[in-house]
Amino acid sequence: MEAALGLLRRMPPKQSETALSALLSLLPQHSSDLLSQVDLPLQVLRDAESRKDFILCEYNRDADSYRSPWSNKYHPPLEDALYPSSELRKLEVEANDIFAIYRDQYYEGGISSVYMWEDDNEGFVACFLIKKDGSKSGHGRRGCLEEGAWDAIHVIQVGPEEEEMAHYCLTSTIMLSLTTDDEPSGKFGLSGSIRRQMKMELAVAEGHLCNMGRMIEELEGKLRNSLDQVYFGKTREMVCTLRPPAEIVQMRLPDS
Amino acid sequence: MADEEDELPETELSYDQKKEIAKWFLLNAPAGEINYVAKDLKAVLSDEEVYNEAAMEAFPVYNKSHMICLEMPNRAGDVIVSSYSEITENEYLDPRTAQVAIVDHVQQICTKVRPADDEELASSYIEEFRCALDAEIQRYVSESYPKGVSAVNCVKGKDVDGPGTDFEFVVIITARKLSPQNFCNGSWRSVWNIDFQDESQVLDIKGKLQVGAHYFEEGNVELDAKKEFQDSTIFQSADDCAIAIANIIRHHETEYLAALEVAYSKLPDNTFKDLRRKLPVTRTLFPWQNTLQFSLTREVEKELGLGNVESLEKKPFANNLVHLVPKAITHTSADKYLDFRKVQKSSDAGNRTRVSWVKARYPNRWTTSELLNDQTQHSKTTNLYLGGIP
Repeated sequence: MEAALGLLRRMPPKQSETALSALLSLLPQHSSDLLSQVDLPLQVLRDAESRKDFILCEYNRDADSYRSPWSNKYHPPLEDALYPSSELRKLEVEANDIFAIYRDQYYEGGISSVYMWEDDNEGFVACFLIKKDGSKSGHGRRGCLEEGAWDAIHVIQVGPEEEEMAHYCLTSTIMLSLTTDDEPSGKFGLSGSIRRQMKMELAVAEGHLCNMGRMIEELEGKLRNSLDQVYFGKTREMVCTLRPPAEIVQMRLPDS
Repeated sequence: MADEEDELPETELSYDQKKEIAKWFLLNAPAGEINYVAKDLKAVLSDEEVYNEAAMEAFPVYNKSHMICLEMPNRAGDVIVSSYSEITENEYLDPRTAQVAIVDHVQQICTKVRPADDEELASSYIEEFRCALDAEIQRYVSESYPKGVSAVNCVKGKDVDGPGTDFEFVVIITARKLSPQNFCNGSWRSVWNIDFQDESQVLDIKGKLQVGAHYFEEGNVELDAKKEFQDSTIFQSADDCAIAIANIIRHHETEYLAALEVAYSKLPDNTFKDLRRKLPVTRTLFPWQNTLQFSLTREVEKELGLGNVESLEKKPFANNLVHLVPKAITHTSADKYLDFRKVQKSSDAGNRTRVSWVKARYPNRWTTSELLNDQTQHSKTTNLYLGGIP
């Protein structure tokens, strides 16, 4: 299992789907472990009734059907399917509405879905998903990207309320891939994924949604920054190590 | 999950299927990481035989496509393993020293060297051009790549013994930097085809550059950049050709590096923004604290049948409120989040709450107003904001 995760860490991020399915076929006995520890690019389905797209993941799946957060119906229809309690569903509806605005303000497009379900220890779990196609042909406002995909998965566990406080544990994963193809740089592709966790003890006076939202906004921002500055920065540093820019070379060889 | 797995019929992969999967993993290893991949793969497969066969087939392909550089025994220099220098699967010519390296692909070492046979080497006419170019390229590589290696192989017409016939060289430049302890590896590969066309007295030059970097500390991020080039020069004496070719290569590679730098510098404000902005279109953090009010209002609206956009948009006061957004909290200071909280707690929250609510309800209209007022309102709103803090 450790070796399998080691392999996934080394394979090109763009190939993560192929790598995972290869590992699943090699290690069928670890399939549930692998599926729970590895995130894959998100898939989307159309909710014809509410004329909106929704995102598929393990958290809205029952058998081979997926529940739409807009109509609360499974696609394809499923008998005896699981639904969140009516109270939690109310919060889910609200979360979907608000998260769609959040998504629009940060992403200027894209698709979002929020799913919630009760967990075993009197709290609940919420999963906030965003998928954005930032390419020229997708929702890329600036038309810079030949190809551009962003998938964000935020899973947040909310503990039971105790003395007006609740414990929140957020795990966020970002997967992205972007390619530009312009003169004179040619095909320039960066892709990757990172995952981080954040735990907080917060007063519930302002509501769970408010607390979850702020945590997600903060962690998502941090992940974006570290991808941009640390991760992409490291690859840039590497390029300059391989072939230092001309100025540096000239400084080193003043007589050439 | 567990139940589902039990129901699935146990479909054991065939030997060949396993081998193909194993080869896929090996061939997709980033530069310098094939041995780490191999180690994990062995553990996952737990089948020596499959692994060994996959390794036997995958390593030669990987070594050649990554153009790995191996040290020859007896300080005979380095040899680049590539399809251009390949004599047999395990034998690679080092034209510079006129030696053939015997290579163990899986170990990635050169086990032996032997002098090249006459028929493996180029004619003295070709060798004159090749040597001159090799010397120029070596000079360029030593100036521009701290750890670069190069080779010039003749891939066509090596037996040509005088003017009148075409021949072709391939210039290889590779540089690798491996620092697994820092979770970072990278490689630069250039392949330049130089086609000496005798009839037209033109050298046709085609280049393929490929740059890769992998950073995987608590994550997995990869750079994959490539570009092709085309150029030409005139057929001259061996020495003049060498200088012209080396200058063309130097020029394109330097330009390419600069272009990569530009691509990187465009990332934060352009390219990356098309995926996700640093800050919302409103340039302030999302007003989560007003979301409760937002949804309550929405319900009231629903009940009263006021859910139409126009009723609010036409109200002038709503537009005025939009202008009152505290601009000062939008700067990118490190403690902007704290600022945000401070604002929230300030007693003068009435207007802002309402503003945020409008913003939440009509994000698009908000953008327009904000853009329009970006310049003119700046000083005014800053003052307003500062005035609001006790």
